Amino acid sequence: MTLLAVERIKLFTTRSPWWGTLIALAIAIGFAALTTATADEGFVSVGSTQFGQFFALTVVMVLAALAITTEYRFGTIRTTFQAIPNRVSALLAKTTVVSSLALAIGLLAAFGALGISALIAPDANLALTSAADWRQVAGNGLVYALAAVLALAVGILLRHSAAAIAILLIYTAVIESLTPIIPEIGSTIHEWMPFNVVEKFLSGDGGTRAVAEAGPPLSTSTLSPWLALAYFAAIAFGMLAVALVVAHRRDA
Amino acid sequence: MIEARGLTKRYGETTAVDDLSFAAEPGVVTGFLGPNGAGKSTTMRMILGLDRPTSGSVTVSGKRYHELRHPLRTVGALIDARWVHPNRSARSHLRWMAKSNDIPQRRVDEVLETVGLTSVANKKAGGFSLGMSQRLGIAGALLGDPEILMFDEPVNGLDPEGILWIRRFMHRLADEGRTVFVSSHLLSEMALTAQDLVVIGKGELIAQCSTADFVSRATEDAVKVRSPQLAEFRPVLADAGASVRGEDGAVLVSGLDSDAIGDLAARHQVVLHELSPQQGSLEQAFMQITGDSVEYASDFDDRAPATTELAGTAS
Repeated sequence: MTLLAVERIKLFTTRSPWWGTLIALAIAIGFAALTTATADEGFVSVGSTQFGQFFALTVVMVLAALAITTEYRFGTIRTTFQAIPNRVSALLAKTTVVSSLALAIGLLAAFGALGISALIAPDANLALTSAADWRQVAGNGLVYALAAVLALAVGILLRHSAAAIAILLIYTAVIESLTPIIPEIGSTIHEWMPFNVVEKFLSGDGGTRAVAEAGPPLSTSTLSPWLALAYFAAIAFGMLAVALVVAHRRDA
Repeated sequence: MIEARGLTKRYGETTAVDDLSFAAEPGVVTGFLGPNGAGKSTTMRMILGLDRPTSGSVTVSGKRYHELRHPLRTVGALIDARWVHPNRSARSHLRWMAKSNDIPQRRVDEVLETVGLTSVANKKAGGFSLGMSQRLGIAGALLGDPEILMFDEPVNGLDPEGILWIRRFMHRLADEGRTVFVSSHLLSEMALTAQDLVVIGKGELIAQCSTADFVSRATEDAVKVRSPQLAEFRPVLADAGASVRGEDGAVLVSGLDSDAIGDLAARHQVVLHELSPQQGSLEQAFMQITGDSVEYASDFDDRAPATTELAGTAS
């Protein structure tokens, strides 16, 4: 508990987490407001309100990566390891605090997006009536938290802000979406790429949308929604485990 | 008490610290002296468990660093004053450190008071001058009221007032019975600060002794003699077993003290115009002992001894 308090103090006594939180919420909620306000009739649905989540998620991943890379950048990681020689505990505490913040941001972003859409289009059917509806909205909390774990792992491994952010952005924005272009095996590989898989957990087979275009491309994963989440979690924690072993072994 | 035994650190082919054994005792300031690149910072990082020794071990109060339950309460260290987040206030920086080792939060205000940063406690550390950052680093080191304190080049870049403050501060800490281990590449600074010295060069131990011993061991004491009758006096000195250097009017005599030289002059009725003992300078001592172990020697450095000899005799 002490270590969690330490990381909480560290996280909230600098400004970047606050900015990151505000930007992520503004993107998710602003996107929902825009799409709902400009949409044709019959477009607005639970699914369409969550259109902007992926972009907000990217901001949260940058926030998570920065939480650890700035410690390397400014040398405070050495002060941290000096105060807490058990590096694995120290880094696990940081992961817990940062992913908890990500969970909160994910929930706020998702319900905020739903709420503002309900205000703008009071006649649209935005009630959460099915398990798929709930996953589409509340599920963002879990996805944000796990994506933060993954981003932290990348940050621990690379130690440099620019490198970690570049890798995360290029991977999520470019590599995953371009993989299907590879002839023959491209789409099979893409089927197992983590951010494609986790979209399955959120939007399933598109049942939350009034029209198929009311959201990002649907996942090509063949896993069930909860298995998809488990797969994403396994990758995030797998990478975290590798990062912790590396941090434990190398010189700080 | 800090004890290193056979401490070694290699990075690939390069050996940064080579089989280093030493001890720093409580109640005195122990200077950790060596030229830049000698392995001082690496050694300090190994003491703090930040870098892993390739072989050997180092203990603080008899324990390895990672065995300490609340390490900040045993060892306080200032390795680099810039190791703070620039957007975090001085108080917040100390607050998380205190929290991590179950140190009461009131200690934060106490140490801020001790180093004189109370008035800027809520200001961002990024806006601090080097001297203020250094004070913040010292506040962090004092936070857990530790019995061992380590400072890496604490006076680097400070103004004279700051240097004086740190020097007095370290003496006070040692007088309180703490182990104070402070690194520097400046022997003149260490001569004023440290009672004991651990001297390293190229990662190897060169000497561990008191500062006074180090200086007297390293500098050969010489006596400057000026006389119009040097031509007669020279062989007399040589017969008495002294070695004589220099020409024309003034020579440096080593191997005899000034009393003996004066007696000899009287006995042989030699007129002396000057008979003055010369104290070797600390820098000279340092150069003499670590001369071969400067890692990045330049041509300029190679020529240096010729000029330092002159400078040394004048001091």
